[in-house]
Amino acid sequence: MKKNLKYNLTWLVLMVVGFVLINVLEFGGIIDALGEQTLVTIGINIILATGLNLIIGFSGQFSLGHAGFMAIGAYVCALITTSIATPMGMVIGMIAGAAVSALVALIVGIPTLRLDGDYLAIATMGVAEIIRIILNNLKITNGPAGLYNIPLLATWPVVYIMVCLTTLLIVNLIHSRDGRAIMSVRENEIASESMGVNTTKWKVIAFVVGAATAAIGGALHANYIQTIAPTDFGIMNSINILIIVVLGGIGSITGTFVAAAVLGVLDLVLQNFGTLRMVIYSLALILLMVFKPSGLLGTRELSIRKIFNKFGHSKQKGDA
Amino acid sequence: MDTILQQLVNGLSLGSIYALLALGYTMVYGIIKLINFAHGDIYMVGAFWGYYVINQLHFNFWLALISAMIFCGLFGVLVEWLAYRPLRNSPRIAALITAIGVSFLLENGMAYLFTSNVRSFPQVMHVVRYHLGGVSISNIQLLILVVSIVLMVLLQLIVRKTKMGKAMRAVSVDPEAAQLIGINIDHTISFTFALGSALAGAAGVMIGLYYNSIDPLMGMTPGIKAFVAAVLGGIGLIPGAAIGGFVIGLLETIMQALGFSAFKDAAVYAVLIIILLIKPAGILGKKIKEKV
Repeated sequence: MKKNLKYNLTWLVLMVVGFVLINVLEFGGIIDALGEQTLVTIGINIILATGLNLIIGFSGQFSLGHAGFMAIGAYVCALITTSIATPMGMVIGMIAGAAVSALVALIVGIPTLRLDGDYLAIATMGVAEIIRIILNNLKITNGPAGLYNIPLLATWPVVYIMVCLTTLLIVNLIHSRDGRAIMSVRENEIASESMGVNTTKWKVIAFVVGAATAAIGGALHANYIQTIAPTDFGIMNSINILIIVVLGGIGSITGTFVAAAVLGVLDLVLQNFGTLRMVIYSLALILLMVFKPSGLLGTRELSIRKIFNKFGHSKQKGDA
Repeated sequence: MDTILQQLVNGLSLGSIYALLALGYTMVYGIIKLINFAHGDIYMVGAFWGYYVINQLHFNFWLALISAMIFCGLFGVLVEWLAYRPLRNSPRIAALITAIGVSFLLENGMAYLFTSNVRSFPQVMHVVRYHLGGVSISNIQLLILVVSIVLMVLLQLIVRKTKMGKAMRAVSVDPEAAQLIGINIDHTISFTFALGSALAGAAGVMIGLYYNSIDPLMGMTPGIKAFVAAVLGGIGLIPGAAIGGFVIGLLETIMQALGFSAFKDAAVYAVLIIILLIKPAGILGKKIKEKV
């Protein structure tokens, strides 16, 4: 318990230091408006991609419908915050969005998660498209025009706090007994079933948690960009989130952070290239995959515990 | 009754385009278990090839069709050689992301080279409409239907009757065993890509003629629909892809005729999900029991 406290405190300090550092840089004028926009985008992408990584990387279920759940969160939160334009409204909106999204994921997940591999991918893609088409035709969502004049409530600190919270939630889930059950489904479904793991239950739980975090990402997106339309949540958006997960390394949360940051910075650098931008982006993607198929970090994770242990060991060796 | 027949005709000609594209997906998937996301963009390349040879070299329709098939076939082999072959032994999801990368590259590369404007496809054929009873069918619709069916029959003959087809089937069942009995896997996979891409090229030229407009992003939606068709029919199975394509084409036109055109894509996906839940391997697919 005391040992864990040390690691947890280190993480907490790191989070606070990161927050203060970025704020200082912003006050110092080193991070300009464009830089802040990049940071917010990276933050939202991290939230979206860690949720998807839980589904793909840890429970081993191939979902291509992340943008659908993101859309649910975005629309629910946008509708709530336009009537209650306060930070409290934002909190209610995020919780409500995550709840609705989790409910939809539960309803969709129980039947479809029986499918495996690419069949599941295509079914979840279909679900996301159906969600998008429904949003496109509802009156309350203002049809294809979408919602606008959404209050700007997802400021940089809010996004930062949410990144920390969702990451904590997911990392703690992975490192718990439940997380090991989820990972056993990925490793071998039949073996884990014969060990008494209720595979369907854990698959659905991973899917639902992933969908809820996607909704939080969507809510932040809506209240940062301030306009949303159904076209923002198409198949290509699901694929873009998938790219972050695979590029970072499937099953590595640290990798997701690195990939989201790398892609965010790449996007910023390529801003001046006009039409050539996407050409360079796609070439970079192909080359990265051809030369590093397991992603930037593979399944490696940054772990304070390991660093401490290593440090401790070397000190012990020095003593002896 | 006439409107039903009319929609049937429209649905069949649209469905045959989906079927042609779905065949490419299903063959590639059957042999290397890769969702070739770039397949829809090969179809776009075929349409652009048709546009240029008809405008610049004044090819007639048949010459444009055949040259587009040859060009796209070679192009597909090139893409496989450059992007997918190095990833043959990598995790499947890495190959999938590469396929997405190739798709982005083709879309944006074409947009960069030829601008992303919509172009009107040269009308090499005079449109004639035949009226049979209350049903009107244009010569282009008829052409699409006939050419697609001929190509599908040809494909089936290649796969069933030729030595290369036998090799393709062998590799799709067990690549290692196929290699042991002397089949060159690389050649077989290249040949599969050539066949699939040639069919996509043919579909591209025909859709250009039918819809009269082409642009660099035209392959995205039909590509995904065709993949859905392949899954619907049972992925890896050639007759399944054909059936899936026709089902989706018909479903779309029926929804449109009933006045639900806003929901036609939703209907396609809903049918897909329902069929997958009832028959998890698609209409014609057989569920293989997993053994421990």
